[in-house]
Order: sequence, then structure tokens, then C-alpha cells
Amino acid sequence: MAENQYQWPDASKRKLIGKRMNRVDGPVKASGRAKYTYDIVRPNMLYGDSVKCPYAHARVTSIDTSAAEKMPGVKAVHVIHGPNDGAKGEVFWAGTDIVAVAAVDEPTARDAVRAIKVEYEQLPHLVLNDKEPNLAEAEKSEWYKVASKESVGDANSAFQQSEVIHEGRYGSPVITHCCLETHGSIAEWPDPDHLFLHISTQNVPGIGEQVAKAIDLPASNVHVHQDHVGGGFGSKLGLDPWGVAAAQLSKKAGGVPVKMMLNRATELETAGCRPSAYARVKVGAKKDGTLLAWESYSWGSGGPGGGGSLAIPYVWKVPNQQKQHVNVVNNIGPARAWRAPNHPQMCVITMGALDDLAAKLGMDTFDFVKKNIDLLDPRSKIYSEELDVANELMQWKSRWHPRGDKAAGPVKQGLGLALHTWGGRGHSSNCDLSIHPDGSVEIKMGTQDIGTGTRTSILTVAADTLGIPMEAINLQIGDNQYPPDSASGGSSTIGGVSSATFRAATDAKKQLFAKVAPALNAQPNELEVVDGRVRVAGNPDHGLSWKDACSKLGAQTLTVRGTNPGEGDLTNSGVGGVQMADVSVDTETGIVKINKMVAVQDCGLVISPKQAESQVLGAMIMGVSYALYEEKVMDQTTGTMLNTNMDNYRLAGIGDVGELVVRLMGGPGYDEKGVIGIGEPPTVSPGAAISNAVANAIGVRVPYLPLTPDRVLAALEAGQSEGGRA
Amino acid sequence: MSDQDSPKDSGISRRKFLKISAITTSAPFVLGPTVLEVAGEEVHVFGPGKVPITLNVNGKRLTANLEPRFTLLDALREKFEVTGPKRVCDRGTCGACTVLIDNKTVYACSVLAIEAQGRQIVTTDGLAPQGKLHPVSAAFVDNDAQQCGFCTPGFVMATRAFVDKHPNATPDEIAKGLGGNFCRCGTYAGIKGAVAQLSGSQQQKGGA
Repeated sequence: MAENQYQWPDASKRKLIGKRMNRVDGPVKASGRAKYTYDIVRPNMLYGDSVKCPYAHARVTSIDTSAAEKMPGVKAVHVIHGPNDGAKGEVFWAGTDIVAVAAVDEPTARDAVRAIKVEYEQLPHLVLNDKEPNLAEAEKSEWYKVASKESVGDANSAFQQSEVIHEGRYGSPVITHCCLETHGSIAEWPDPDHLFLHISTQNVPGIGEQVAKAIDLPASNVHVHQDHVGGGFGSKLGLDPWGVAAAQLSKKAGGVPVKMMLNRATELETAGCRPSAYARVKVGAKKDGTLLAWESYSWGSGGPGGGGSLAIPYVWKVPNQQKQHVNVVNNIGPARAWRAPNHPQMCVITMGALDDLAAKLGMDTFDFVKKNIDLLDPRSKIYSEELDVANELMQWKSRWHPRGDKAAGPVKQGLGLALHTWGGRGHSSNCDLSIHPDGSVEIKMGTQDIGTGTRTSILTVAADTLGIPMEAINLQIGDNQYPPDSASGGSSTIGGVSSATFRAATDAKKQLFAKVAPALNAQPNELEVVDGRVRVAGNPDHGLSWKDACSKLGAQTLTVRGTNPGEGDLTNSGVGGVQMADVSVDTETGIVKINKMVAVQDCGLVISPKQAESQVLGAMIMGVSYALYEEKVMDQTTGTMLNTNMDNYRLAGIGDVGELVVRLMGGPGYDEKGVIGIGEPPTVSPGAAISNAVANAIGVRVPYLPLTPDRVLAALEAGQSEGGRA
Repeated sequence: MSDQDSPKDSGISRRKFLKISAITTSAPFVLGPTVLEVAGEEVHVFGPGKVPITLNVNGKRLTANLEPRFTLLDALREKFEVTGPKRVCDRGTCGACTVLIDNKTVYACSVLAIEAQGRQIVTTDGLAPQGKLHPVSAAFVDNDAQQCGFCTPGFVMATRAFVDKHPNATPDEIAKGLGGNFCRCGTYAGIKGAVAQLSGSQQQKGGA
């Protein structure tokens, strides 16, 4: 048969795929028995800590570790940035590790850190980035880099044709990842040539090689293991200096395990940073709402490397555009991928400007988007369908009011919407599936479950394909000695692991049928597995139990490897999502309250709907958090972060998130796209949707996230002093 | 754990041991209290060296020699490998280390191990025997109220105490009663579902 044998089953044939299953690692997590890297206690384990640079930009001039080395209980001291290390002696952000120590317990390690004397030469620093850089100065300054200048169509004449023009400012600050399990690892040397790492990572398959390279060891000599990770969100993909230091401390201490987990302050200050993005935007349209022109001057920072360029206008193919972006090169912790890198920032700028333009046109933003739906090519149809679904769930059309809630009293209510996209194609993945003659089934994959439900989805696909229960399969992941896989980033995991697993299970079943067919006097292609019974299709009584069927393998275990990419279009890229927010704003206190949020999201064929919905719910909650509370507050005088604890780096709590409604698009038109990742996309829209809802409620735009009470009150005051509201 | 951290049962009662070690101050690693007289009362001052600490955790008696500055959380995690309680904020904000002490929810990061002696400490690990799930944990599983799961054990403990007190919780009560725990992945919708499920079962219990 020429027919492609790797096709997701039709809806009618799916037994487990698309069904609401409990998370398979739910019980071990909810009973507190799941072991994270932070939880591992190894025999004779030492505890690492480090001296951190208190300055945002400095050169190390001297280090004296003698007192620490003499302290009882201190077993190893390792200099990371020494005064004689040339360029390495220069540090670019406060919190940089300078000297690491290992001691018998944490308090002793902390005492040792205090006993180390480091002297610095302070260098000029910049830690702020919300002020608009003067372009002429930017071109000469070392703090700024002109990242891009671009034009599409003819913006100048398009603005001349525009009957309504709006100008405004939009932006979001640097925020951190705030993983609840801080970054860190436990390093040990079982022998002088081999390193064993327990490490909190999103990248079990790749992190070993990165560490190996840093310490000049063959990649195959580094063994990495991780069962569970307490959050990553993009910040745990790559090599960290403290991870290398742990390996070096362990080596110096004779190979005994050294546990080096960041404390909360360092986690917040150095282990995560989502670049900021600010913009001055001008947009123009005809009176009927036809969007014509976009002009923007944007800037932002993600630390010493700047923040990359911004693809704005986001999602919208505005026919005439003129735009420039400047990178602010400053002394804050280095940028890391933060769930949907740059998308939430681009969405806040774009959807904010268009929402204000719609308000100036006197249009409902919903109608404005529909009017210009063709500019959302190639996802116009998806967005249009999703807008209709979201409208129903939010009752948008019947509840929407023009800018500025006219209701009496200080509390104003408003609605806002935004839309977004993401790629999400499955990454490279390998699945070794073994069927043993005793009927047991085993899967080994080098992937990791970062809390997204990866284990659950692998087992769902394997069990659905083999026709046996999920509990009958022993799944092992989280080790770099298992078949090579990829980092969990960019929403690429579900497409990768589900496709590799599907191919492995399809092949394994086919090979098993070849062995079993003679016993059933049938051809292999006449067989099927239903409810754990291998039988002749159309003849339910003519079959064998799974166990008896597997015994036909003889003494030989059947092992097949499924890979992704591979034959058949099992995974895809490019999703659309629409979100709406309903908020109340107290105009006397400036406090914003989320009443309700609706997320309508496409992700192709859904393998595990319960966990996919959790991804969307979680993304909306993270969105409430960054829309209302989160900001890495930097102090230009000291060059340090001021809110390095969870009292002042505030996350949304259970009472802050309102009613959350999720609708996954699915069925015809969506399922046939194949499996697409969902972790990132729903994180994109909440900031813009909430900001737009606040503008709808109070009648003025609060330009920059987070929408804290002081910013809301300042915007109200500015709106009043301008003598009117938009 | 090295030998000096695992005192063998010497047959001497703790009280007696403290008395003895208070007199013989030459013990190199493990010191008992220094007894000071303050306003006519004896005050026992421990540390800064290690002192023997005995905790009752999930029905088990656990003993180690620790400096008095060890928090209950660090003693549980690093000395006794009871790792249900997580160290996240380490300063009484996030609730990830929530345990029950004498049936009251407490942040284990904000209590010294030495102060927790003689009290009944229960962690998520001890809610149900190995292989079984406590109804609160089960409600978390049913409602997918965990993603990375790092906040989950603390939330389970907080929820357990909360539903005992509020069998039919209103959204306002949930916001306040479970507002002392933070989740980064965003599992609050699932946790609300778990509370609703538990309220339902409480109502059924009450009605029966």
C-alpha cells in the first residue's frame, strides 16, 4: 500500500487521544513524594554558595580566600572571576558569582562566603531602560545600538490618506521568571573522568554537553538525570555559571556531591530576565476603520546583549509601515527566553495602539478587528472563528461600551481583547519502545516533563496506538542516557514526543502482528488490538490476550525506535488565539481587578485536553501576573535590583485571577493540522487584553505594564489634565 | 550524613543529657544549653554549636545534631530527607513549605527546628501511607491542580486545613484562606476545582 501509515487516527477511532485523563505524575506530585533536584540528598553531600558582585559593572581587583579556606567544614573554594583573568575579571551585572565555596552544610557555606574578601574597581553602569533614547545620541552611545530600521509600502502618504490618526506610548518592563524551584544542580564525580549531574533544567538531553564543553570533558562523560523540575518558563535551557562552579567544587573536594541551588534573591536578580519593550506608535486609518499606516520608534533591553529586534506591528500586516528599534545595552542580568519570547511585549504595543485607534474611530475593537481581518493573513479565518467563540463566552457584543464606563461610582468596568500567534512545531525526538515476551511494555525517551503533561501525552499516544491501558506501559524519561531528545522550549515538546511515540508504537504493533498472525491463522494486516486483546478485525472472538500475543515473540524482546521528524505530517506550526478580559478599576485607589478572562486557542490536534487546558489557564494566570504586578525594579544609583524577594516581586495569587474560561478549537479544520504546541501562545495576549480592558473602563490608556495603582492614578490624572478622554 | 550528625541512643534521657552537657562544656561538636539566670528564672541558651534536636515528623521520631539556626524546613529537607515541604521564598511569603504543627498550618521556613521539638509535625509526605492518596491530594489530581508541582505540597497542606475550617467555602473565603500560597505555573483554577470537589464531599458527609 502506498498509503502513508503514519496518520493520526480519525476522531471515531481515538480511544485515549483527546480524552480527559488525569496527569500520570499527579499522584506523586500531590503527595509530596516527587523528587526535584532541590530535594535530592546524596551521601556525603556538600553545600555550595558563592560571593556575588554587589556592583552592576565592575572589575575584580583582588580576592582573599585564605580565611574561608581555614574555616572548619569548608571543603573547597573556587574562583570564578579572578583579578588576573583578563576580560573575565570584568563583570556586567550585580549578582554575578565571583567565588564559590563548598562546605559541610549551608550555614557553614554562608559563613565562608562572608569570610572572603573581594575588592572591585567600579565601572560606569546603566540599569534603567524605560526612558526613550534620543536616536541621534543613541547612534553615538555605547549604551544603545540601533537594531533595525525598516519600511513597508509608503507610510508617509498612507498617513496623509488617513482620516483618523492616533499616537501613543506602550510598553512592558523587564520581568523575571521566578521559577519556584530555583536554578541549580548537584554535581559529583564517580571517578576522575566522569561527572554525574542532578540538575534543574528544561534541557536534560543537551545540558550535559554544555557543561562538558565548559570544563573540557567529553560530552559522553557527563551523565544527567532529572525526574521533575520546579518551573523553567524558558530560563532553564542553557548553561549557568553556578552549574559549572558546582562541578569544579566537587572535583576540588575529591568528587563528593556538591549541591548548589540559588537562593531566592539571586534567582530573581540573575537567573531570569524577560527583555523590556517600549514604543512610541502612530497609527492611521480611514473613517470606516480601514487600517492604513503604522509608524513606531521602539526600544528595550534584556541586559548586556540588548533585547533583540521587535517584529511590530505584531500579527497585523499593516500595508504601510515605518519603524526603528534601538537596543538598550545595560547592566542587568542577561536576557533569557521567557515563555513566548518577545511576543507578549510586541502584542502589548500593537494591540494597545490599535485599540486606541479603534476608540478614536468610535468603533468597538471587535468590529475594528473584523473590519481588517484580511490583514491577519494567513490566520484570518481562524481569528474570525475564534473571535465569534470568544464573543459568545464573554457576551462581548452585548456588554461592550465605548471608552470610559459611564456608570456612577468610582469603580469602572471595561472589556479588552487581543490576539496572538506562535509556531510550535514538534522538535527532534526519539522514542525507544520495547514489547517484552511477558507482555510488559517499556518506553525510554531522553525528554523531560516540565509540568506540561509530557509523560501523560506520551503514554496517551502509546496506549491509544497499541490498544492497551496507559498503566500497562512503563515510561522512563529525564536521563541523557535514554534516546536523544530536545530541550522543552518554544512549545516544541508535544509535537516532537507525540510524533516519535506514535511512529514507534505504530511500528511495534506492526511487528508484533507479524509474529502473532500465524497463531491466529491470519495475515498481519488483518489484526487489530482492542481493549488489550489482539484479534482478527471483524471477528472479535478470534484473538489472544495481549500477554498471550506477546509470548509469540519467543525469547526476543521487540524494540523499535520512532523518530521525529519522520514520515507523515504528524506535527505542524502556526496557531491563532484570541483572548478577552473583563476588569474593574477603582479610580480612587487605582486597583485593577480581573473579573473574567476568556481564552480561545487553536493548537491543532489535542492529545491531552485536560493538560492542554491547564497550559492555557496557567498562561492566563501568568498573564494576569505580568499585566498587573511584575517588574524587575532596578535602582540606577546602586545598580541593583530592589525587589529581590517574593513579597516585593509579587505574583498573582488565587484571589487575583477572576473567572477563567478556556475553549480549545478542535475538530474539522483544526485536527487535521496535526499536533502543535500550546505552552507559549496563550501567554501572549493577556497583557494587551487586560491593558485594553483598563483603557475601556477608565477612558485613558495606562501606557506601560504593570498596571499598578500608581500608574493607573497617574494615567487618570494625565487624562484629566489633557482636558478630555480619548 | 556523617556520624557526628546521628547521635546513637545512649540510654540517657534528653533532659539528663542537656544537664550533663551543660556542665561538661568540653564536648567538641555538640553542646547543650548554657544556663543563665535572668530575673530569677533559668534560661537555657543553645548554640552557636550543634545541639541534639528531636522532631516528631509524620509520626516518626527523628533526631539530629544541628546548629540552633537551622530552620524546621532545612532540618526536614536536608537532614531527614522529608522533602514534601519546598524551599521557595525562604521568608514566609509563598507557602511552599507549609506543614501542620499540632494541626495548625505553619510556614516551616519561619520556624526554627529547635522550637518545633515536642510538637506533632505533619507534611504532605505523611498525609497518607505510601501508595495511597489523601482525599485532598486526590482532589488536586482530579482537577489537574498541579503543573510543575513545586508549590503543590504546600498548597495541599494549606487546602487541607482550609477545607476543614470552611467546608462550604465562598470564592472570597478561598481568596483569603489560600492567599498565603503562590503558584508560578498558574494552577489556581484547578485548586479552586479541588476545593469545590472537597466541599461537595464534605457536604455529602454532612448530609449523610
